[in-house]
Amino acid sequence: MQWTKKDILDIESLSAGEIELVFETAFGLKEISERPIKKVPTLRGQTIVLLFMEPSTRTRISFDIAAKRLSADSVAIAGASSSIVKGETLIDTARNIQAMKPDILVVRHSSAGAPHLLARNLDISVINAGDGMHAHPTQALLDMMTVREKKGDLKGLNVAIIGDIAHSRVARSNIAGFTKMGARVCVAGPPTMMPPGLEQLGESVARDMDSAISDADVIILLRIQKERQRRFLFPTEREYAARYGLNAARLSRIRQDALILHPGPLNRGVEISPEIADGPFSVILDQVTNGVALRMALFYLLAGGVRDANVD
Amino acid sequence: MQMWIKGGRVLDPGVMDARADILVEDGRIAEIVPAQSSTTKELSADAEIIDATDLLVVPGLVDMHVHLRQPGQEYKETIETGTRAAAAGGFTAVCCMPNTSPVNDSASVTSYIIEEAKRCNSARVYPVAAISMGLFGQQLAEYGELKEAGAVAVSDDGKPVPEAQLMRRALEYARGVGIRVISHCEEMSLAGGSMNEGPMSTRLGLAGIPNAAESVMVMRDIALSQLTGTPVHIAHVSARQSVEAIRAAKAAGIAVTAETAPHYFTLTDEAVNDYDTHAKMNPPLRSESDRSAVIQALADGTIDAVATDHAPHGTLEKQLEFDLAANGIIGLETSLGLSLRLVDKGYLSLEKLIAAMSKSPARIIGKPCGLARGLLADITVIDLSARYTYHAAEGFSKSRNTPFDGRQLKGRAVYTIVGGRVVYNYV
Repeated sequence: MQWTKKDILDIESLSAGEIELVFETAFGLKEISERPIKKVPTLRGQTIVLLFMEPSTRTRISFDIAAKRLSADSVAIAGASSSIVKGETLIDTARNIQAMKPDILVVRHSSAGAPHLLARNLDISVINAGDGMHAHPTQALLDMMTVREKKGDLKGLNVAIIGDIAHSRVARSNIAGFTKMGARVCVAGPPTMMPPGLEQLGESVARDMDSAISDADVIILLRIQKERQRRFLFPTEREYAARYGLNAARLSRIRQDALILHPGPLNRGVEISPEIADGPFSVILDQVTNGVALRMALFYLLAGGVRDANVD
Repeated sequence: MQMWIKGGRVLDPGVMDARADILVEDGRIAEIVPAQSSTTKELSADAEIIDATDLLVVPGLVDMHVHLRQPGQEYKETIETGTRAAAAGGFTAVCCMPNTSPVNDSASVTSYIIEEAKRCNSARVYPVAAISMGLFGQQLAEYGELKEAGAVAVSDDGKPVPEAQLMRRALEYARGVGIRVISHCEEMSLAGGSMNEGPMSTRLGLAGIPNAAESVMVMRDIALSQLTGTPVHIAHVSARQSVEAIRAAKAAGIAVTAETAPHYFTLTDEAVNDYDTHAKMNPPLRSESDRSAVIQALADGTIDAVATDHAPHGTLEKQLEFDLAANGIIGLETSLGLSLRLVDKGYLSLEKLIAAMSKSPARIIGKPCGLARGLLADITVIDLSARYTYHAAEGFSKSRNTPFDGRQLKGRAVYTIVGGRVVYNYV
C-alpha cells in the first residue's frame, strides 16, 4: 500500500488500511530506539517544526525525539514565545514558518479545527498533535498500536473508555479509531461528562463503571481535570474516585487479560489507584515507548518513505 | 413626477392579488387599476413606465434586523453599501441594530444614522436603539429622546438582557414611550459554545450551545410581556422549543411577535462540517428538527417575520480558528431567493411569505406598508422565475461572509422602488 495523505488531521480521515500501514511501519522502526546508537539518517536534511500553542511536555518530547531518531532537524515553538501573543493570526504565523521551508508542521492548539485551518492554507504536511476537544490522532494511533502489539488484533475487542468523554480529544480519536478497526467501544462516566448525541454517533454508553469494565479487553482511563469542578461537572475528586476510579476492588471484577491504558499525565488516586498504575495490567509506559515509534512512522510516511527506514 | 407600473401581478397581502397597474405620483401611490384598463389620470410625457409583465409587484420588503456597522466598523459595511445591498435584495427599508461603535444609545447617534441614510438615498433606514446604555445591561437608555430622533425600537441585540428586572422595566418604560422592545434571547451561562450542541458538536469537538440557551430566555420574556402587558419581539428564533413557547403564548393572547432568518430555515449544523466559519452565527445553525419547526412556524404564523440578521465581517474576523471567529453572516442579497424556496417547496403561500417580508415586520415596528392609495410608493418588483447563481464577490455588501456563495437561487428583485424612485434595477 502506498501512502498518499498530505496531512494527519484526525482518525476519521484515515482508512483502516492506512492505519495498518502506520502500525507496520512503526513496529519496524521501534527497534531503532533499542540500538546503542539510536539514530538513522533517513530524514537527514528534513526540517520538522513543532508549533505548540498549548502546553505539552510528553507529546512534544515524543515528537522531538521521533524527529531526531530519524535525523530530521526539529524546531519547537511554544505559543507564548510566538508572534501570536503580538496579535498575529495563526494563518500568518504558519505562512511565515512555511516560508522558511520546513517539511512537516506538527501543531497543537486549544481550538478544535485549527490544524484543519492550517492544512487548508499550507502546502507542507500538517500533523495534529491535539486540537481542543476535537482530536488527538497520534495518541489514538499509539494506543491502538499498543493494544495490537499485546493482543495481536483489534477486531472484536471490547474497549471501555472511562471519564470525561465530553472534553476529551483522546476519547474522540480512540472511539473513532477502535471502531474503525473493528473493536466495540463502550464509554462510561458521570452524565455531566457525556457529550450529546453519542448514541447517534454509534457509541454505546454504559449504565455505570462496573458494567463498562466487566467484559472489557481494554480499559482506557482519562485524566480528570480538577479545574472542571468549577464548571459543575463533578462534586469532588473523592466522589469521582469512588464512582469512576479504577481501584483494587474493581480490579478483581475485570478480565484477567485486560489491558489498562492512560494517556497521561496520571492523577494517582483519582481515576487510577497507584498500585494499578504500576501493576501488571498497566501498559501505560508501553504507550509512551510506542509513541516515539509511531511518530517516527508518521514522519517517515509523510516524508514520502522513499529511503529505507532501516538503513544505518 | 409620475411612475406607471404596468401589467404586473400585484400582490398586497390581505388586500389583493390580481393583475393590475399602479400609478405613482409625487412619491405616493396615486391609483391602482385592473391591468389594461387605462388610468383615470393623465400621464405626463416624462412619466417613467415600468413594464411589469410576468413580474410580481409587492409592498416594499422590510428587513427588520440588520447590522450596518456604521458608525465605527466601516471596513465591514457602511450605511451606503449596506443600503445598496438591501435595495439589491429587494428591501426598501431596513432596521439597523445598535451595536455600533459608539453604541446607538443616544439621539445623536440615531440622528447621525438617519442623516447618513438620507444622504445615501437608497433603502430607508430605521434605527433600532439600545435597551440599556452602552449595551451593558445596567441602566435604561433614553427611549423618549431616541424615539423622537427616529428610533423605531430598542434592543441590546448581540447580547441578551441578562437581568430579568431590567427587562421588565425596559418593557414597562417602553410602553410609556410607545417603542417596541426586541429581545436577543440567550442565557449566557448555558451558551458559551461556538455551535449547536448535538452529535455534530460532539464529532467536531466544539463546545455546544443547547437549544435551551435560547428557549429559557424566550420563556422568560414571554412571562415578562404578560406581567407588564407590553408587546415583546423575539429576534432570530432558531430553536424548536422557542417556537413552541411562542406558539403557546400567542394562543394565550400574549403580545409576542417573532422573526427568524433564512439560514435557520435553509441550513442545519451539518454546514459547520470542516470548521467552516461561514456557518458560525449566534444563535447557531440547529438540527433538522429545529429547521422544520421554524418552517412550520412561518407557515402557521407563529413566526411573524423573516429578517436576515445581516452581519458583515471581514476576513480578519472569519479566517480564524472556529471558536475564535466572529458570529454572523451577510444576508440581504440572498434573503428573497432563499425565502422563495419555501414557497416553491409548498411549505407556505407566496402571500404569507411576502407578508412576512413586508407588512408583518412593518406592523411590528409601527411603519405603514402596503399598496393602498396614498401610501408612500415603496414597492418591490420581483421576477419569480429568474434562476441564477449567487456570487458573494459580485454583491453590493462590503463583506463576503456567507455560506451561500455559489448557491443556485430562484427569484430576485428587478426593481426596488423607494418613495416612487427606482433605487435598484436589475438589468
